[in-house]
Amino acid sequence: MYVYDQYDQQLLNERVAQFRGQMARYLDGKIPEEEFLPLRLQNGIYVQRYAPMLRVAIPYGLFNAKQMRTLASIARDYDKGYAHFSTRQNVQFNWPALEQCPDILERLASVQMHAVQTSGNCIRNTTTDEFAGVTADELVDPRPYCEIIRQWSTFHPEFAYLPRKFKIAVNAVPGVDRAAVKVHDIGINIVRNEQGELGYRILVGGGLGRTPIIGSEIRSFLPEEDLLTYLDAIIRIYNQFGRRDNKYKARIKILVKALGVERMQELVEAEWQRIKDGEDKLTQAELDRVKSHFTTPNYQTLESNPASLQQAQAQDAAFARWVQRNVRPHKQAGYAIVNLSLKQKGNAPGDVTAEQMDAIADLAEEFSLGEIRSTHQQNLVLADVEQQRLYELWQQAKSNGLATPTLGLLTDMICCPGGDFCALANAKSIPVAEAIQVRFDDLDYLHDLGEIDLNISGCMNACGHHHVGNIGVLGVDKKGEEFYQISLGGNGGDDASLGKILGPSFARDAMPDVIAKILDCYVAQRIDGETFLETYRRAGHTVFKEAVYGKAD
Amino acid sequence: MAKLIDRQQLLSNDPWHFADDEQAVTEYAIVPLKRWLEQRDDLLALAQQGKLGVHFNSDETADQLGEDAALMARISIDFPKFSDGRGYSTARLLRQSFGYQGELQASGDVLIDQLFYMLRCGFDRFALRDDQDIDDALAAFSTFSVSYQSDVNDPRPLFRRRS
Repeated sequence: MYVYDQYDQQLLNERVAQFRGQMARYLDGKIPEEEFLPLRLQNGIYVQRYAPMLRVAIPYGLFNAKQMRTLASIARDYDKGYAHFSTRQNVQFNWPALEQCPDILERLASVQMHAVQTSGNCIRNTTTDEFAGVTADELVDPRPYCEIIRQWSTFHPEFAYLPRKFKIAVNAVPGVDRAAVKVHDIGINIVRNEQGELGYRILVGGGLGRTPIIGSEIRSFLPEEDLLTYLDAIIRIYNQFGRRDNKYKARIKILVKALGVERMQELVEAEWQRIKDGEDKLTQAELDRVKSHFTTPNYQTLESNPASLQQAQAQDAAFARWVQRNVRPHKQAGYAIVNLSLKQKGNAPGDVTAEQMDAIADLAEEFSLGEIRSTHQQNLVLADVEQQRLYELWQQAKSNGLATPTLGLLTDMICCPGGDFCALANAKSIPVAEAIQVRFDDLDYLHDLGEIDLNISGCMNACGHHHVGNIGVLGVDKKGEEFYQISLGGNGGDDASLGKILGPSFARDAMPDVIAKILDCYVAQRIDGETFLETYRRAGHTVFKEAVYGKAD
Repeated sequence: MAKLIDRQQLLSNDPWHFADDEQAVTEYAIVPLKRWLEQRDDLLALAQQGKLGVHFNSDETADQLGEDAALMARISIDFPKFSDGRGYSTARLLRQSFGYQGELQASGDVLIDQLFYMLRCGFDRFALRDDQDIDDALAAFSTFSVSYQSDVNDPRPLFRRRS
């Protein structure tokens, strides 16, 4: 993984000192609340319903055991003993004291971590595929490009006060998209052109929230060295012409929609032509330097699917089920990618305790070269596990409550913190997730249903990405009471689609029954091993609507 | 009254003053960009003597002045609210795309914690909001000793400077 050099570390240390000073001036009354707001946001600090929330960046989801132990120590020393992994690969603390945030940031900086630009109207943490570097089907490892973007976007002098937040995601797997690039402000697909040269297909103007839009292609091929100048050009156009009169219409998707993608493309192209061959053009030396941090580890020569693994699966059905569901193929023979589930029944999706965090750090060191990834689905990944040691790892993960064998299934849901924590929420989301987990806890049934994305958001800001859930749940407020609206057919993958609202909303206690009706309809309609999404797309919306609301007269 | 600083000191006896659409244009007047565009012929002589400046509202873009930037001795860019970031792009474009070499002033809701970014975008004069502490402001210019990106003061990004 990327290791800081003196410049990276110095910058971060100076950032901590800067924020310590800003906090002191704020507490002295020298900075009013309204002016402190963007300063604390760009250091990851929200003021939430009950307490501040600190969002720590995990650039492109990659971190190590030492960093995880530091996160655990922060959870213990400054919080209530747990943390929450979000859909954007970040990690959040829900109960730190505002005055202690500079100390927390200093502790993070000591292990090359930070909360820079995890919030605010600036370029946020860049995300990517949690299987980057270890999946056989990727064109190249996307993480060096993410790191290059991280550095470029960190304290970019021109883009610290954009009209709104700005999110970039990178994908390098043809035909598969685990980074949801089509619903980002800028989505980058790493591709090869007909000459075999490496470059990028750039999408712009995707996003969720109250106006969900699938991104549009603005450039079919951008050469490898031109990444930063082109990003500069897009964001410069956005900074100048994005709406600032209404925060709900300030995202780049609204600008692209208003101009039309062709006009946006002309403006970006004209700006890019002026700067493309300037000093910001990437050099081969820099590409090589950053790529050298993400080289293939010294894998051992191992047998694929060893007899010991087969035997363990034959003897232990629970292990076999976990391997089938939570373990993914690795590009290297004899290795596996392991997903640790953060979706235990009774726990908010994405939550981990400090004890679990320490245990995960131990597992990473013992089984996976000391590295961990956080995922868009709010789980964690150990990416380099020897297949012959999977049984041993599973036993330890299981004893720490990290081996729920439901990856990709109904109860592996995405869920925002909702009204339990978030000041924006119209409704709670965690109790809905919990009620569904309690109702649908039969593993045989869940495995029979197969892959379903269930995404739950507590408000239309869509942090739970309900628009791209196969089943989406949105909390709405009706005269002070919490209700939930269902949408079906959303998908965040390579063939992204937005869900369609099913009908009138439901009370919270009706939700498990409503989900049951949708699932029964799917089971009745499916043919030839179709997934839920395939059945929905084939059978159509009306069939599901009638299953839930009854036939219209 | 705003406090005018550059990155070293508080400036006094600044000869420059704003002349809105009604006021007479005298030496060292800063006129609205729109007025320059409408009365260019009348104002050209003063500009050629190095005694005219223009002021950008935050919704005006650098290309509206374009190559005429070279005629100005001072350009002022308005920040109606500190959170309105359009002026950063305007400054950078004036410096880097239109070759502006004169004084570039940030005006309006100019706060201490924006100064470092403004400096990097090419501003060299800061009409600091009057409640801001001068010492804190001058210290803010040296918050960071290293930057990843290129900027107006050093067109090389860190990756071309790393040793």
